[in-house]
Amino acid sequence: MSARVASGAVALAVLIGLPAVLSSYQLSLLTKMLIFGIFAMSLDLLLGYAGLPSLGHAAYFGVAAYTVGLLALKVANNFWIDFPAGLLMAAGVSALFGLFALRTRGSYFLMITLALGQVLWGIAFGWRSLTGGDDGLPSVPRPRLPLPWSLTEGIPFYYFVLLCFALALGLLALIVRSPFGRALVGIRESERRMEVLGYDVWRYKYVAFILAGLFAGLAGNLFVYFNGFVSPSYLNILFSASALLMVILGGAGTLVGPAIGAAVIVGLENFISAYMERWVLVLGVIYVLVTLFAPSGLVGLVRQRLGSART
Amino acid sequence: MTFWITQALNGISFGMLLFLLAAGLSLIYGLMRMLNLAHGSYYILGGYVGLAAIHVTGSFVLAALAATATVTVVGIVMERFFLRRFPEQELPQALLTFGFLLIFADLSLWLWGGTPQTLPKPEIFERSIRIGTIVFPTYRLFVIGIGLVVGLGLWWLQEGTRLGAKIRAGVDDAEMARGTGVNVGLLSTAVFAFGAFLAGLGGIIGGPFVGVYPGADFEILEMALVVVIIGGLGSLKGAFVGGLLVGLLDNFGKALFPELALFTVFAPMAVILAVRPTGLFGAR
Amino acid sequence: MTALEIDALSHHFGGLTALSNVSLAVAPGERLAIIGPNGAGKTTLFNLITGIFRPSAGRIRLFGRDVTRLPTHRRVQLGLARTFQITTLFPRLTVLESVLLAVQGLDPVRFTVHRRRETYGHLRERAEALLADWGLADRAGQVTRQLSYGEQRQVELVLALAGAPKVLLLDEPTAGLSPAETASVAEMIRRFSRDTTILLIEHDMDVALDLVDRVAVLFQGRVLAEGSKDTIRNDREVAAIYLGTDDDA
Repeated sequence: MSARVASGAVALAVLIGLPAVLSSYQLSLLTKMLIFGIFAMSLDLLLGYAGLPSLGHAAYFGVAAYTVGLLALKVANNFWIDFPAGLLMAAGVSALFGLFALRTRGSYFLMITLALGQVLWGIAFGWRSLTGGDDGLPSVPRPRLPLPWSLTEGIPFYYFVLLCFALALGLLALIVRSPFGRALVGIRESERRMEVLGYDVWRYKYVAFILAGLFAGLAGNLFVYFNGFVSPSYLNILFSASALLMVILGGAGTLVGPAIGAAVIVGLENFISAYMERWVLVLGVIYVLVTLFAPSGLVGLVRQRLGSART
Repeated sequence: MTFWITQALNGISFGMLLFLLAAGLSLIYGLMRMLNLAHGSYYILGGYVGLAAIHVTGSFVLAALAATATVTVVGIVMERFFLRRFPEQELPQALLTFGFLLIFADLSLWLWGGTPQTLPKPEIFERSIRIGTIVFPTYRLFVIGIGLVVGLGLWWLQEGTRLGAKIRAGVDDAEMARGTGVNVGLLSTAVFAFGAFLAGLGGIIGGPFVGVYPGADFEILEMALVVVIIGGLGSLKGAFVGGLLVGLLDNFGKALFPELALFTVFAPMAVILAVRPTGLFGAR
Repeated sequence: MTALEIDALSHHFGGLTALSNVSLAVAPGERLAIIGPNGAGKTTLFNLITGIFRPSAGRIRLFGRDVTRLPTHRRVQLGLARTFQITTLFPRLTVLESVLLAVQGLDPVRFTVHRRRETYGHLRERAEALLADWGLADRAGQVTRQLSYGEQRQVELVLALAGAPKVLLLDEPTAGLSPAETASVAEMIRRFSRDTTILLIEHDMDVALDLVDRVAVLFQGRVLAEGSKDTIRNDREVAAIYLGTDDDA
């Protein structure tokens, strides 16, 4: 068994066993970490693998959350309708936005994804009759599944999220190791070379964009169930930027790194917000520090240490 | 009729403000190929420092000097000690500037609190003029004037001077420019500082009618980005035309369709993205 | 049928005319050198043939098929391949990974999402065979940017060959190489199968004339002369532009 599979199995075992030793508050925090881990991994597909720096990824997270929330509240709390609908909306919006954003590169792409994300934020904020505006959607119920455990309880919901996380990680890991995923890396490294090797570069980027949106939607779905509440702040640039930081802090292009980065950011925010109101300041400082001193993220640092330990 | 003219003048004055910001963004991108997301911070710092200076000195002119000087220094420090470490790397530079945007946003909230504030206008512009049935604040005309002066100045600088030629050379090929004796590093700092200056100027000029408040940095940055998307990143003409367009659209949008105000601005942006992604006057 | 036909090709941009009414026909299996001073339009011609630029006028035909409007990747799928004057590789990827990507490029599995690439053994076999054929097997695990410049130029050639191209455009393959490295690369090119039609831009006249059958001379965007090696060698106009103008920008 390779080291990677072994450590993965250990991590999974730990995650399965943790509810036994954590308080309900801590378990809730861990659940949040897993959900944001999925969100970060989805952005990693885009940024770390395809090399597309999106500052508007929250759009797909938020649109799924709102879709599920609205359906569960105003239509029917039917998991089998609401959940797929959320995913579909996320994929649909990313398919639409991708058509615009992918006509550009580099700084333009950054700007346009930012602007598109803000458009969605503006809709959530301004369309009060539908979305509740700034007040958001409160009291979104947990899904009712035909299982002997109720998802309104912390532990069963945690396992539900853990299952989704494992699935997401597994699927994404498969995608990035597939010929498609390898091609994305090639595109990230040299688009021109890939064109001249016969690849339809636009098509690869577009599919990556939609897949990233889809997995962000998965995270959004889980989040609105977890939080019971969604507001426009989950669609805005600060949230998109947090996701970007999770990816970079963890290590872009590693999948697991961003998941760890998400856990770190969620944990830090939780810890710091208890003592002071200056979380945004801390976030900004982390941004600057990570960019200056750890551009390959935590995973990069660990690899460096392991590399030098071996010699 | 009165309504249309007043709204148009309002839109144009706001448009001039946007022009100041978009011009800075474009200048910086044009030379350094990077997106300065901290631009919103420069705006808000200009406003807050200006406000503080007015309270201390009572003079708008001194406040404007203090505000723009402060922001310019901040810009120089940012470029020289942080951005300079990542030459030609768009993403790290954008991330750094974003980090600073967050830092300044929270610092401003901390230092100046959460209440929205407006700067007092300079005394000479406190009146309104009356032409027929139209009553229009002279301060807004002053803003339009500043915008035109800056616009003309930038145009002359870009097209008619050696500095402009050096900047264009630096844009085209930094290596070659260095070869012909252009100090690209100094030029970068100067251009960045100038961009910051313009944003700070925008902050203090905008203070009296837009105000300063937490979140103004993000909002004005967003608007400036829309201007630059429509007009073209790196183009002075684009910043001017885009600024006017967005200023007018935003104003009329808010006046005519308040619930859908955002759409009047974002719809043309979407059209541009679909038809000409690099903007009306953007390169490539 | 000609392998590659260029029909009255012109290209203007920004007030400059890079190419003017260029026509060439290359037979299958032929080797044609494109020579001319700097700025003559040689790389522009290649960029037009591969589809990086759209011509202002004229047509390009690949085995009789009009490809003028096709995007680059479609032309590559029809059998075109190219190396670049400025090495265009994947600096941070290994040589093996680079060749795998090249091999995958024209393979039907290239868009598969649901299976790991390792499960497609034929890709790795082909990549390793290519590296072995061209003497780069021991470099397989090395990161591209750690290779010497000469080795990188060789990798550039191998990438172009991965798709078994029918028409291969080589843009100054020996630029910046030492005499020994130049000989290596020239030897490599000499070994290319005659199933492949080759267009070669080359500054080194000796290398060029040694490898090709015919020569076309470009000057200021036009075809100045065209013919067999000897014809061109003895052409006085051609000699004049080479003797008089060394550093044309």
